[in-house]
Amino acid sequence: MIKFNIKLFILSFLLLILLRPLQSAEMIDPIKVNWSFKGLTGTFDRASLQRGFQVYKEVCASCHSMQYLSYRNLGEPGGPEFSEQEVKAIAASFEIEDGPDSQGEMFTRPGKPSDKFKSPYPNIQAATAANGGAYPPDMSVLVKARKGGANYIYSVLVGYEDPPPGVTLDEGVYYNKYMAGNKIKMPNNLMDGLVEYADGTESSVDQMAKDVTTFLAWAAEPELEERHRTGVKVIIYLILLTTLVYLSMKKIWSRVDTEV
Amino acid sequence: MSDHEYVPKSKVGKWFNDRLPLLTLGAHLTDYPTPKNLNYWWTFGGILTFCLITQIVTGIVLAMHYVAHADLAFASVEHIMRDVNYGWLIRYIHSNGASMFFLAVYIHIFRSLFYGSYKSPREVIWIIGLMIYLLMMAAAFMGYVLPWGQMSFWGATVITNLFSAIPLVGDSITTWLWGAYSVDNPTLNRFFSLHYLIPFLILGLVVLHIWALHVPGNNNPVGIDIKKPSKDTVPFHPYITIKDAFALLVFMIIFAGFVFFTPNVLGHSDNYIPANPLVTPAHIVPEWYLLPFYAILRSVPDKLGGVILMFGAIFILFVLPWLDTSKVRSAVFRPIYRQFYWIFVLDVLMLGYVGAMPAEGIYLVLARVGTIYYFAHFIIVMPVVGLLEKTDPIPMSISEPVLTGGAEPSLARKVNDKV
Repeated sequence: MIKFNIKLFILSFLLLILLRPLQSAEMIDPIKVNWSFKGLTGTFDRASLQRGFQVYKEVCASCHSMQYLSYRNLGEPGGPEFSEQEVKAIAASFEIEDGPDSQGEMFTRPGKPSDKFKSPYPNIQAATAANGGAYPPDMSVLVKARKGGANYIYSVLVGYEDPPPGVTLDEGVYYNKYMAGNKIKMPNNLMDGLVEYADGTESSVDQMAKDVTTFLAWAAEPELEERHRTGVKVIIYLILLTTLVYLSMKKIWSRVDTEV
Repeated sequence: MSDHEYVPKSKVGKWFNDRLPLLTLGAHLTDYPTPKNLNYWWTFGGILTFCLITQIVTGIVLAMHYVAHADLAFASVEHIMRDVNYGWLIRYIHSNGASMFFLAVYIHIFRSLFYGSYKSPREVIWIIGLMIYLLMMAAAFMGYVLPWGQMSFWGATVITNLFSAIPLVGDSITTWLWGAYSVDNPTLNRFFSLHYLIPFLILGLVVLHIWALHVPGNNNPVGIDIKKPSKDTVPFHPYITIKDAFALLVFMIIFAGFVFFTPNVLGHSDNYIPANPLVTPAHIVPEWYLLPFYAILRSVPDKLGGVILMFGAIFILFVLPWLDTSKVRSAVFRPIYRQFYWIFVLDVLMLGYVGAMPAEGIYLVLARVGTIYYFAHFIIVMPVVGLLEKTDPIPMSISEPVLTGGAEPSLARKVNDKV
């Protein structure tokens, strides 16, 4: 039947749309990593989050801000879950500008857990000027702000290569396999053994890239674990309720001669 | 409406009802005779009411924490996501709720198109529905601007710039809409104000929509007029309420799946980059539910022509009851129209697809073909097929196909003397 064929055609068309990524950019697909936070019940790897924070603090934070995070977030459930003392110590290791005081003067003091992460530059313009005209983006929601999410961030971190023959790069521009247009102003900052992990894990480039990406994924979605947990409960509840309502509906409609 | 004789049992009830007949209204809504053969495509009216209420309730809570200022909006959304108790849940329900709202409204509209629910005597229901749809698009568009991300800003720039295509006064109108010389803080502020207003306008229209529906009563899959109340109808409560509740719960499971497990899949990742007037995104795309119209807009090489066609694509729906010449409502009994209906569905899906693609090469060709066909469906197919088509025999009542196991030709009257 023609109608049947058209419906079939519509179905295959929908499948085509769903299977094909919507944007056709001249980018190669990022590496697929089997993240612990994927899936319906995914959670963050606590140790990886703590290591990731260390990489952020010692490497990324010299250029990238994370202005929407507070130090207290580091101790909250579902995150790196540093102890209260650790969070206080981390916060106190930063000098935060505060004020004005009663004399109208700004002053600096050691950070408190309630403070936002200290930004490396006073404003976007300063950050841009100090980095050869390329603003190092704030990383608070970076994982949500990039197509491909965590896979993309990880891929860029490990995607530095020598440019293929014929490609010339300007001063301060680097070749990256996964970056859109393959040109990136951020140098390859990760090298084996760069960070000395507190838990003794070997700090290979791959390990650091995975850890810091996990940390950034949490920073972008600090509610992820609670969201997954609540979601499973909500769906189970809804399915049970739907079943009960379905049975009630069948019972009620049995009084009339029409199927529902 | 056969319940004018309703008399409350209690004295207080009677006293109140004589002064404001709310109880009569309640009784009318409870007893409202509804065709018993309504299928699940008819449950989307209730689902849409749920969507509207959900958007209003979550929206009011969000507005308690949101700051409509170009410098603060993005940060205030992050504040909602991180610091407000269950702020992430409320915001994700609201943002995914918009998509679910449109999913439901498209099903509702296409149901109406298939079963001829827009035809006499239900033209006013249809037109009020389209007004609701227009307001929904305005509300959704302005809501998408509020987080003040890159897509917010550039989407607002593209859409408001459409008005500059109006001859002579276009630029002045655009400046007036912006409240500035580009999309800026005044634009954000007024969009917030209007975004808060429009849902209540929609709510008012929904009341009219249902009121207008209750005059002729529901259409039904067979598309014939039925006696009310009769053995072809059931009282709204409990039959339709329980069925709507079941369908709504299934809908909510899908809704919850998006909210809890893929809350950002329907949005654009660029909207998590704060708005920057100096950096244009590689591809500016609207939300998925506006893509077919975006495709029509871009398929025309002339700006004004594109704008006219885009608005025309919506406004042509307003005259649809008079473009459709067929005397039979339901496509079930219209073998030719039924096929054109599915081709039209495919055409709209294709327009949505190419709307998400860059306007070049094969996509532009497809967009043009799709646009021409979109209008041809209404201007040529609907009137011509309605006149020439030989429809299948339609049953005399709803009970008939149920009792006889199919529309027997001997039991069916000629199409023409029925309607």
